[in-house]
Amino acid sequence: MKVLVAVKRVVDYNVKVRAKADGSDVDLNNVKMSINPFCEIAVEEAVRLKEAGTATEVVAVSVGGKSCQEQLRTAMALGADRGIQVETEGTVEPLVVAKLLKGVVDKESPDLVILGKQAIDGDNNQTGQMLGALANMPQGTFASEVKVEDGRAAVTREVDGGLQTVSLSLPAIVTTDLRLNEPRYASLPNIMKAKKKPLDVMTPADLDVEVTKHLTLVKVEPPPERSAGIKVDSVEALVEKLKNVAKVIG
Amino acid sequence: MSTLVVAEHDNSTLGPATLNTVTAAIALGGDVHVLVAGADCAAVASAAQGIQGVSKVLCADNAAYEYQLAENMGLLIAELGANYDNVLSPATTGGKNIMPRVAALLDVAQISDVIAVESGDTFKRPIYAGNVIATVQSADTKKVVTVRATAFDAAPAEGGSAELEAVASAHDAGLSSFVGQELVESDRPELTAAPVVISGGRGMQNGDNFKLLEGIADKLGAAIGASRAAVDAGFVPNDMQVGQTGKIVAPDLYIAVGISGAIQHLAGMKDSKVIVAINKDEDAPIFQVADYGLVADLFEALPALESQL
Repeated sequence: MKVLVAVKRVVDYNVKVRAKADGSDVDLNNVKMSINPFCEIAVEEAVRLKEAGTATEVVAVSVGGKSCQEQLRTAMALGADRGIQVETEGTVEPLVVAKLLKGVVDKESPDLVILGKQAIDGDNNQTGQMLGALANMPQGTFASEVKVEDGRAAVTREVDGGLQTVSLSLPAIVTTDLRLNEPRYASLPNIMKAKKKPLDVMTPADLDVEVTKHLTLVKVEPPPERSAGIKVDSVEALVEKLKNVAKVIG
Repeated sequence: MSTLVVAEHDNSTLGPATLNTVTAAIALGGDVHVLVAGADCAAVASAAQGIQGVSKVLCADNAAYEYQLAENMGLLIAELGANYDNVLSPATTGGKNIMPRVAALLDVAQISDVIAVESGDTFKRPIYAGNVIATVQSADTKKVVTVRATAFDAAPAEGGSAELEAVASAHDAGLSSFVGQELVESDRPELTAAPVVISGGRGMQNGDNFKLLEGIADKLGAAIGASRAAVDAGFVPNDMQVGQTGKIVAPDLYIAVGISGAIQHLAGMKDSKVIVAINKDEDAPIFQVADYGLVADLFEALPALESQL
């Protein structure tokens, strides 16, 4: 069984991103970039499937500029066998990413495609589901458990009311939630080995996809500022404030 | 201009987030229709007919939609969506699961988690865990949008008189099936709609200690939430998580107990009207957004708070 894992290069989750002064975009100068945390969980899950003997090959794919090869190398250091970079410039919308991934799916014919449920930059939560629709594949989104057996995937999903389990025919899409696994750290020898693993570069034209733009970023702005309030020195004082000043409790 | 709102429901009750989504649809102008797709869901369709501002309710009552599997729902909504300028759903896990399939089938972008409708094609939405608000304009003729319920008032649930139309289309993609679910039963208000929320974090130390929040929640009519740290540590189940990737809440009163205040948590609660933080670490970032901060050991403060309410 072949597993395709999509990874995205994003601002590190510890960075507090700000809008540029002119409001044209966010300021990403000199900030630390990392593999999207949900994508890291996706890589880990694919590697575990391989270690369990369920998967035979794990292929990592990323859509972006040359710099995203760094995140592909990270994925390979975690255990992916090879990488594919789909070379694009600037921001690529989820629909286009999904079309590019559909192109890769057509070439690679994976049995399972694992993606993060969302990237922590755009917070869109779209790409996996869009790929599912374009490739006519079922999806198990927001997964907290994945079991592959008898030619189907049983995926337990984190939903608003609790947990839901669905059974999917293969090939299928899985998008990861936080509790699916805890990704390992890449060891130094594996980081060195990853540098020698194959990494192919493709263009959107190779995949017959036109990179279109449906959305325009009109402006970005900081959210309404919340100023720090006051410290109270006792539970009595807190209750008094909530009753008589904020008037939020009776 | 016409907008189709995809109702959130469990085949017997209309989900409250649907009402907020109708308000967003009304802001776009034109006719607002609501789709209720499920099995034996006539009661939900009937409830939807009462929402003020809705002129028609489409009811697709078919076994294929019983569990609202994304594969089947995507095909149905894309087919119906062809007749509308906009297709909206609440940005719940249900809407997030289904709507991108609809957008892809219609070959348009999706605009996720909108918090304001600026015009017929322009929306505001949070990005980067809510550290930045983006204004985005869509060039697509059709807009597929998920709506952050807490950012819009609920449309009145009663007083409307929408006509009812049955939809015969039965799309069964044959790709997926429902196996089971473990839904958390609670007598407390639903987290995203509760007027008061009290949440515990890593400082609670274990799941048993969440009982300390229950007495207070009962007195205040509050829902109980948690930080990611508390969920990851296994103290409480995932449906309680408030934050960037969990639930977004904006109650009148939010009480954060033993929560340090990572930006990912703040993303899920900083639009609350009044925020209270109880933490023994006076430098915890949660105090930077709290209206009232109490530096105290929660194991002393919580029983005292309960007794004084």
